[in-house]
Amino acid sequence: MSTAETNKPAATGIGAHLGSHLRENGMMLALIAIVLFFFVIVRALQGVDFLSAQNITNLFLQNSYVIIMALGMLLVIVAGHIDLSVGSVAAFTGAVASVLMVRMDLPVLMVIPMVLVVGGLIGAAQGYWIAYWRIPSFIVTLAGMLVFRGLTLWLLGGQNIGPFERSFQGLSTGFIPDLFGPDKPNWTAMVLVALAAAAIVWTGIRGRAREAEFGIAPEPAGFFWARNAVVVAALLFVGWKLASFRGLPNVLLIMSVLIVLYAFFTESTTTGRRIYALGGNEKAAKLSGIKTERLVFFTFVNMGVLASLAGMIVTARLNSATPKAGVGFELDVIAAVFIGGASMTGGSGRIIGVVVGALIMGVMNNGMSIMGIGIDYQQVIKGLVLLAAVIFDVYNKNKQG
Amino acid sequence: MTPILEMRDITKTFPGVKALSNVNLSVAEGEIHAICGENGAGKSTLMKVLSGVYPHGSYDGEILYDGKPARFRDIRDSEQAGIVIIHQELALVPLLSVAENLFLGNEVAKGGVINWPLAYQKTEALLKKVGLTEAPTTKVEKLGVGKQQLVEIAKALAKNVRLLILDEPTAALQENDSQKLLDLMLELKSQGVTQIIISHKLNEIRRVADRVTVIRDGSTVSTLTQAEITEDRIIRDMVGRDMANRYPERTPKIGEMLMEVRNWSVMHPDQPRQVIRDVSLSVRKGEIVGIAGLMGSGRTEFAMSLFGRSYGRDIKGEVTLAGAKPDLSTVSRAIDAGLAYVTEDRKALGLILDEPILRNVSLANLEGIAKGFILSRGREQQVAETYRGAMNIRTPSVFQRVVNLSGGNQQKVVLSKWLFTDPKVLILDEPTRGIDVGAKFEIYNIMNDLAAQGHGVVMISSEMPELLGMCDRIYVMNEGRIAGELTREQASQERIMALILQDGMKGEAA
Repeated sequence: MSTAETNKPAATGIGAHLGSHLRENGMMLALIAIVLFFFVIVRALQGVDFLSAQNITNLFLQNSYVIIMALGMLLVIVAGHIDLSVGSVAAFTGAVASVLMVRMDLPVLMVIPMVLVVGGLIGAAQGYWIAYWRIPSFIVTLAGMLVFRGLTLWLLGGQNIGPFERSFQGLSTGFIPDLFGPDKPNWTAMVLVALAAAAIVWTGIRGRAREAEFGIAPEPAGFFWARNAVVVAALLFVGWKLASFRGLPNVLLIMSVLIVLYAFFTESTTTGRRIYALGGNEKAAKLSGIKTERLVFFTFVNMGVLASLAGMIVTARLNSATPKAGVGFELDVIAAVFIGGASMTGGSGRIIGVVVGALIMGVMNNGMSIMGIGIDYQQVIKGLVLLAAVIFDVYNKNKQG
Repeated sequence: MTPILEMRDITKTFPGVKALSNVNLSVAEGEIHAICGENGAGKSTLMKVLSGVYPHGSYDGEILYDGKPARFRDIRDSEQAGIVIIHQELALVPLLSVAENLFLGNEVAKGGVINWPLAYQKTEALLKKVGLTEAPTTKVEKLGVGKQQLVEIAKALAKNVRLLILDEPTAALQENDSQKLLDLMLELKSQGVTQIIISHKLNEIRRVADRVTVIRDGSTVSTLTQAEITEDRIIRDMVGRDMANRYPERTPKIGEMLMEVRNWSVMHPDQPRQVIRDVSLSVRKGEIVGIAGLMGSGRTEFAMSLFGRSYGRDIKGEVTLAGAKPDLSTVSRAIDAGLAYVTEDRKALGLILDEPILRNVSLANLEGIAKGFILSRGREQQVAETYRGAMNIRTPSVFQRVVNLSGGNQQKVVLSKWLFTDPKVLILDEPTRGIDVGAKFEIYNIMNDLAAQGHGVVMISSEMPELLGMCDRIYVMNEGRIAGELTREQASQERIMALILQDGMKGEAA
């Protein structure tokens, strides 16, 4: 009844910290556990190295588009909506790109921005009804899912269009060239990864210093360093593996930049904060001077742009636009967001959680395929993982009361 | 007087908190027994123990019902015994009919097939008992809150209730609906239904209750008989101290004109009728101005239409604020112009309950904690800490989610949010609703401080004593019009009511 009334200091210590950050740390641990599980199992059963340079590269190539779309989907879901059309939109924009390049022979550097604009317009067309007419997003984007799948078929005439110039393929299957010469390992990749690791640790330390300055109880020091050590070790390991194969995939760089941008946007900007407020209590947000309609509209435009980027990456990877591209993507993307801890009613969820959620799905896809598990069981297992993650969330929330 | 219910030495602990400690309650057969106490005193917990929401075994102590020990495992158990609770938040399904609601979970059926003719017949009889003439097929959403409350009581009667518990039944009701409800309670009493009423409103208690039990900090303080019931006594027992003065002393320092509204008219958002007609009012620096009126008199609609056109359409009228003609066309422009509006419904319209205090405080002025687009979380925390101190928000940390705060502390968070926008004029809509006596006093102090600092304060309230105790001037609204204006010296409950009634007759004549 009056737990919050007493002026006792907030609980401190590792136990309390773990409790309040159970979700994020739990997801991180789950990802590591799943990777190790496949590493052991795949080696024992198939004699294959799950963490081989090639497979790690593959993992990123296969999952980049899910992560990229999940960044936009997080904003949509935080705002209290859903977008079911992203798979169809990705397919359609991929088809548009292929038509522009192959049939109309436009240069790649012109096509990419044009297709991003098309994606934005599609998002705007859907967001308009959702934001200003208050048509439920589920309905609008379900319609969009059908409409853009149909338009894809119409545009492609039921055929595949391809292949593309190398420069467009590079969007997905290209690698960042090594400035230090063609010898292995790829030192550019190694240096970039090391810099990224250093940046993560540095921002962490700076954040702690600032928190201390403002008197916020920081994460226990031992825990902070342990967590950073794990992250840095994992990064350097992945970096080393990539460097000893073909280097950093372009798409990994695009994805990383986007992750950093969106993490910053959601956590440290006024607009980002307002999206969370809107999802938490739309009426209160509105009466606090927040332009809720405009923000909802923006989240859908943003989703459209990211879906078109993902669409181009998938098209580049397959080296052809196909009518069946992107079928079921929306489910992977939405699942990643919920596994990553976003709330179904809006108002909460973090970028880092979504990335980990998408990686969990990706690693499971990849691992189970290598093990030779049929698509039937794969679907069952993925479904159960999604369910378990959300049950875990709800259970935790109830326990906190 | 034989007791129908005796609760002996009830103790209930939650992790870390003792919510009830040796509470004793004895209710005589056929009486109306009131339970009084501040928010968080343990009234609702006690009722949850009684009704089996907290099952037997999860608390210490003994419940005797009809002289026999009762061990309720859940609500069904207690309802079987004839104990029915009507909660503050009504538990009706809006899209179902009255008849369907009355027999929900208790259908007039054989083998799962509902006998509709019989159900409707029974419904009509029950509705008649509570004084309703609606058809049994009317959807509950079509009824006003007052009538819904009566449907709840009819639902209880359908269960052959012997002990009816009403948790703040008139909190959301207008004056005349409240009166009807209290009449009905007396009527049911004459039919032998024992009742427990939890209420903040002392005048109601005096009117219907035979005895009052006062609970403070999870313990029984006193049980008073009808003759002993006085407001002063109940308040003293509730807060544990004499409150000779329920409203803090203040010497008003009224300065120049701050805001003037002239001929403000507003149409209903989707019906072709005028909700606000030619309202003109003014606020000076350092002044607390009240708006009195019955529920539905248009006070909230007026405030919301003024605040960034958050209500209605075809809004006409002129506003002068601090000598300028402000642009009030959107909420953010109204905020920039120096207007702040504290909503009537804190939880639904004022706060993001799942977010921590500091994020709620900064919500209406994110620019104040940002450089360009980029937020400074350190600055955000400093701001929240400042208000936590200034407003005496009782919480272990500003990272506490506001859903965990009591009503009074939640209201302080809302006030902090608006003060951080640096407003010139604050409109407070029912600022002390659902807040206990001690916290009310703190809110009054904050209001006085604001006025002393040169803000203009407009206070909308349905509690007339509060308006009389706090305001320098009071406007009386009725049916969307200003029915009159009273100075502090002129104002009294009788004059306010008289203005409302006179205006009502004018309206009928017109």
